Amino acid sequence: MDYFHIAIVTLESTIRLSVPIILAALAGLFSERSGVFDIGLEGKMLAAAFAGGAVGAVYESAFLGLLAAIAVSTSLALVHAFASITQRGNQIVSGVAINFIALGATVILGQSWFRQGGRTPQLSGNGRFDTVTLPFADTLANVPVLGPIYANLISGHFLLTYFAFAMVPITWWILYRTRFGLRLRAVGENPGAVDTAGISVTRMRYMAVICCGILCGFAGAYLSMAVGAGFVKGMTAGKGFIALAALIFAKWKPVNVMLACLLFGFLDAMAILMQGRPLPLIGEVPVQFMQALPYILTVILLAGFIGKAIPPKAGGVPYVKER
Amino acid sequence: MSAPYAKLPAWVEYGLIPLINLAVAFLVAGLVVLIVGESPLKAASLLVQGAFGYGEGLGFTLYYATNFIFAGLAVSVAFHCGLFNIGGEGQAYIGGLGVALVCLWLDGVMPWFITFPIALLGASLFGAAWAFIPGYLQAKRGSHVVITTIMFNFIASSLMVYMLVEVVKPLGSMAPQTRTFLEGGQLPRLDWLLSIFGFDIGGAPFNLSFIVALVAAFFVWLLIWRTRLGFEIRTMGASPSAARYAGIKQSRIIIITMMISGALAGMMALNPIMGDQHRLQLDFVAGAGFVGIAVALMGRSHPVGIIPAAILFGMLYQGGAEISFEMPNISRDMITIIQGLVILFAGALEHMFRPAIITFFATIRGARAAPQATEAGE
Repeated sequence: MDYFHIAIVTLESTIRLSVPIILAALAGLFSERSGVFDIGLEGKMLAAAFAGGAVGAVYESAFLGLLAAIAVSTSLALVHAFASITQRGNQIVSGVAINFIALGATVILGQSWFRQGGRTPQLSGNGRFDTVTLPFADTLANVPVLGPIYANLISGHFLLTYFAFAMVPITWWILYRTRFGLRLRAVGENPGAVDTAGISVTRMRYMAVICCGILCGFAGAYLSMAVGAGFVKGMTAGKGFIALAALIFAKWKPVNVMLACLLFGFLDAMAILMQGRPLPLIGEVPVQFMQALPYILTVILLAGFIGKAIPPKAGGVPYVKER
Repeated sequence: MSAPYAKLPAWVEYGLIPLINLAVAFLVAGLVVLIVGESPLKAASLLVQGAFGYGEGLGFTLYYATNFIFAGLAVSVAFHCGLFNIGGEGQAYIGGLGVALVCLWLDGVMPWFITFPIALLGASLFGAAWAFIPGYLQAKRGSHVVITTIMFNFIASSLMVYMLVEVVKPLGSMAPQTRTFLEGGQLPRLDWLLSIFGFDIGGAPFNLSFIVALVAAFFVWLLIWRTRLGFEIRTMGASPSAARYAGIKQSRIIIITMMISGALAGMMALNPIMGDQHRLQLDFVAGAGFVGIAVALMGRSHPVGIIPAAILFGMLYQGGAEISFEMPNISRDMITIIQGLVILFAGALEHMFRPAIITFFATIRGARAAPQATEAGE
């Protein structure tokens, strides 16, 4: 029973830790599938977390906070789009720039508006998202095995958590079953062909990058308004890059993205759980190794030692219309 | 990154356009200062005063600039080959391990001038080794160097925490750092250099690494523009297919370039570790590796541009620390914004003002000479 309990707790924190990565990785999926690389997931998420935390605290409304998070993240996405689509600048350079601007601006603005060392005020009541208890969760909690699974794993999460998991099939459906999705994928593989068909490459890519901005907004809002109660300086702590890693690990496919994020979330949860506990046979695994494992796995995958990650063909290349 | 635009005079290409881009970046930064409720002009004057106004400030400015010269050189060497090395941060961190191991080994038995070249070697070897893996994977397995170097930054950070907590920490100590080096592991400060100009550097850790950085800048210039390897690197960067056609071994060039880049990043560790803190501690790189990206873009990947760009960022770092005393709303995080804006305007948006400038020069020329039809950019 004890092991069962530990397993439930670990899986629960796996879900909690993987939600922001799922949202950010899906965001990156839209952008990169259209041929626009996005190193700036981290920055957009951070700016969104700050906007959500700040607006949520001032207006005491989680909904307004979420809107602000999406607005800020989308406007950063538009900067990236302008630089990399309209100006045909280097997409990686632009992403790096956005990360730094977000990292600095959130602290400077936070300090001047709230004077709490770069934090936003603690969110409470309506300013923060509540967890949702699914029907009968309390009554069923006592049922052996299935009860705790239902009460702790399936019920009792934030609305944004359910949203994140719902976005996985939705993204799949958009990408593979709609005209928009077909064009989006085509624009990332062979923009010339899409252009010949009379569809604007620029417009498609802008729309994809805006989708990316919106989803990063949700990811940021989750961090500062659901799982955390307010913005803390640098709170994304590399999650944007983990999402990038997950996206590559998932070979740019929506369902794989969810699985990769769950795996990385699980590794994170295990790292916390195993701190100071020796494993049978192996002995104690250093926490640092567990923390580095997602990155190591991604490098190994990228190197083609376990399968091959092939990015969208036109990724990173600005489209120049033929004259 | 080249685009089909009309040719401009060299002073416009290498002087005016970068300056305009930079000016726009600083204008936007000024707007942020306004939003925060301070005067941008006052902030700028405090900044310059804090960075250059007195000896100790100048010493700190040049101390920070030393880091940024190394980091900028590292990024620019990779740029010339068409590679984007975001991993300078991690390579410098690992390079620090090289420096520290040499110092811990020799500081009690050797004077600093013996320890110093070996530590330099250690730093560059460790940095180069850390950059070798992404370089190798790019060259042989086709995995994108940008992604691998980002991943390697995180791996480096975990590895160094492990090393500091579990391996190199002295017994019985709680703090995750090595013991303080003895005199043989400490670089002499360059107080005499500034005292020639009548400055007293006070407690600033301005040290010999600055000279090493200048020498490194010279060697990078020599390498890129005066050697066969440099020519091959630039050919790769300009056109990989032309390089292949010319019989240049692509994978070899990629790996060598990444290792040189990593070695330069690794050498950066010399400055904070042997020159200032005299021990290896957590997070000593503190983002300097990333500043290198801004410095390289601003300096147009040329040592002559990189050194002033690095000094400018050194000024921002030192002056930024000073400003926060007077203007509590502006902390050193302001520099992070400026860094991002410089990367955005001098890097990703570098061609934004070009069409307007081309039109401008075309109209001047058109007014002066016979009215010929001039083709402006889009």
